Amino acid sequence: MDELIRVLCYLVGISAFLGLNLAYLGWVERKGAGHIQRRNGPKEVGPYGLLQPLADGLKLMSKQLVVPDAADKPLYMAAPILAMVPAVLLFVTIPFGENLVAREFDFGLLMIFAFASVAGLSILMGGWGSGNKYSLIAGTRAVSQSVAYEIPMLITAITIVMISGSMNLNEIVRQQGDYFWQWNIFALDKSILMPISFLVFFVCSMAETNRAPFDLGEAESELVAGYITEYGGMGFGLFMMAEYANMVIGCSLTTVLFLGGWQCPFGILDGPHWFLIKMYFLVWTFVWIRWTFPRTTLWGLLNLSWKYLIPFSLVNLLLTALFIKVF
Amino acid sequence: MSILAQSSQQETFELNIGPQHPATHGVLRLKVTMDGEYVDKAEPVLGYIHRMHEKMGENRTWAQFWPNLGRLDYLSAIAYNHGYAGLVERAMDIEVPERAEYIRVITVELNRIQSHLLWFGAFILDLGGFTPLMYAFDEREQILDLLESVTGSRLTYCYFRFGGVYNDIDDDFVEGTRAFIKRFRPQLPMYDDLVTGNVILMNRLVDIGHISADMCQRYGATGPVLRGSGVDYDVRKNEPYSVYPEFDFDVPVYHECDSMARYKVRMDEMEQSLRIIEQALDKLPDGPVMPEKVPKMIKPLKGDYHFGVEAARGLFSMRTVSDATNKSYRMRLRSPTYSNLSLFEEASRGMLLADALAFMGSLDLVIPEMDR
Repeated sequence: MDELIRVLCYLVGISAFLGLNLAYLGWVERKGAGHIQRRNGPKEVGPYGLLQPLADGLKLMSKQLVVPDAADKPLYMAAPILAMVPAVLLFVTIPFGENLVAREFDFGLLMIFAFASVAGLSILMGGWGSGNKYSLIAGTRAVSQSVAYEIPMLITAITIVMISGSMNLNEIVRQQGDYFWQWNIFALDKSILMPISFLVFFVCSMAETNRAPFDLGEAESELVAGYITEYGGMGFGLFMMAEYANMVIGCSLTTVLFLGGWQCPFGILDGPHWFLIKMYFLVWTFVWIRWTFPRTTLWGLLNLSWKYLIPFSLVNLLLTALFIKVF
Repeated sequence: MSILAQSSQQETFELNIGPQHPATHGVLRLKVTMDGEYVDKAEPVLGYIHRMHEKMGENRTWAQFWPNLGRLDYLSAIAYNHGYAGLVERAMDIEVPERAEYIRVITVELNRIQSHLLWFGAFILDLGGFTPLMYAFDEREQILDLLESVTGSRLTYCYFRFGGVYNDIDDDFVEGTRAFIKRFRPQLPMYDDLVTGNVILMNRLVDIGHISADMCQRYGATGPVLRGSGVDYDVRKNEPYSVYPEFDFDVPVYHECDSMARYKVRMDEMEQSLRIIEQALDKLPDGPVMPEKVPKMIKPLKGDYHFGVEAARGLFSMRTVSDATNKSYRMRLRSPTYSNLSLFEEASRGMLLADALAFMGSLDLVIPEMDR
């Protein structure tokens, strides 16, 4: 019975949290873009345009789902759903607070990586299933991108696992102390490269979520809209929502692994609010970067990963192993 | 040709870019043979917005052709006005009052800045950066307001007349232009700080899209494209017209031949245009803006006439053959981006798709002007 209540709580809680986030991150992005670009952003629907997400959602839902003739129908229909499912599922393991977690897994980190790679598959399916050359190019790009960026991300995560000796996300947070110099990002006694390692992880999570400047899958000046070219209505809506969900997960994971999760930087009043503050700060950084930088090319992107991020994260891994052994 | 293309000649596919595509900024169509992500051959297909402007020039009277000039290159329309005014004035031997010439220079240069600003925004947009467009449009809006106050229109100008300009400028315009220069000048270094030095932008532009001076000569490329390839050619300097010789300005030339060079040429040209406008405002003489007597019927003597100006995108020249009637016998418009685009096929061979489209952006294409 307890188990059932727990599942129910999780479903309701996560749906509410996700729904709110997916709707309002879109609003935050548009409003943020507006301020960066010296304009207002949405302001007509409701005060400060706060009802804009509802209007957008209604519009998307009321649209007819059109399947192009050339499309591979099952793949085409399944892709947006497949993009959304892992995003929802991954919230099971995210510890928002000391006791605010749906399920404390011993292999939480592993599960996140396992399911996160499904997102790449959904893009490939969408790209292939659309029966459009632009979508196909976008699909292949997205796959090579997610393969290239999962590796440094995993290696960096392994470094953290070595430091904390656990894959349990709660445990990883608990290992980091109450004060900000005890967080993994500043754990210089474990490896002097930790702050840069944080950057590597952050950049990788940006690339994993297909966010600008790494949004090669939907590079609109080359590929019209990439893998979402042929999607309209809620198909498009699900892809967009999955992008925001992945953003939230990427930032949550960064917060958990490097920024001490729910811990307060000064050791007072720990709690979920600190987790949310850190996470939303990172999310805002995503938005900020998107509206500031131009897009990289595929080659530039792969070069960055294979020539800089992967060697660097390997060096960091070795250094950490050495530090742990010696000290 | 890429290594991939050599190994697998058969495995290419055709990608149709345009006529409706966000990167082509108009109804240009590219038939691209792709080899994976590499461009094997990109064939531009024109004609989607062909409106027979040359023919219209032949069956309208000389004065009736004026509005067409604003609809060729809608971004630097005043320079095209200048080309036509110069042509007919040369054919008819009309003396232009000095004040009118100064006003022409001021408006043409304002128009040039406006055009480069729009290009700047749209080009960075091609590269995936959204924000500079909004900043560029902010400045551009002020130029449009200024030009609207004297010409009456914001985009398709029809401001010049045979022998002068339609409307004298007033103190408000002079003050407004000075205020604009004061405001705009510090913006240019800011663009440099925010955009030019960006590492991603450098990766996308430096050493990409190589056009040699030789290739420019073969295809007849002019304007910033030519000057980005190290050839010091500007009609305003090399074949001076109007009152340009009276101003002190430089022609920015870069020798790198890549997209970055073309980008820098345009950014520097905005500064030079500001200098020209400043000097013109200082020296602005009094007097009429139209000559006392302009013949009511324009009927140039039999002959072959030619006049070229430096528009924002390069050499715009008009050639007409007159048979001494009230219409032109043959009207020929030479527009810069038609030549600039023609080198695209050769220069884009073996490029990555993303680079090829960035390279196309650096050519600064305006489709209605290409198709005429």
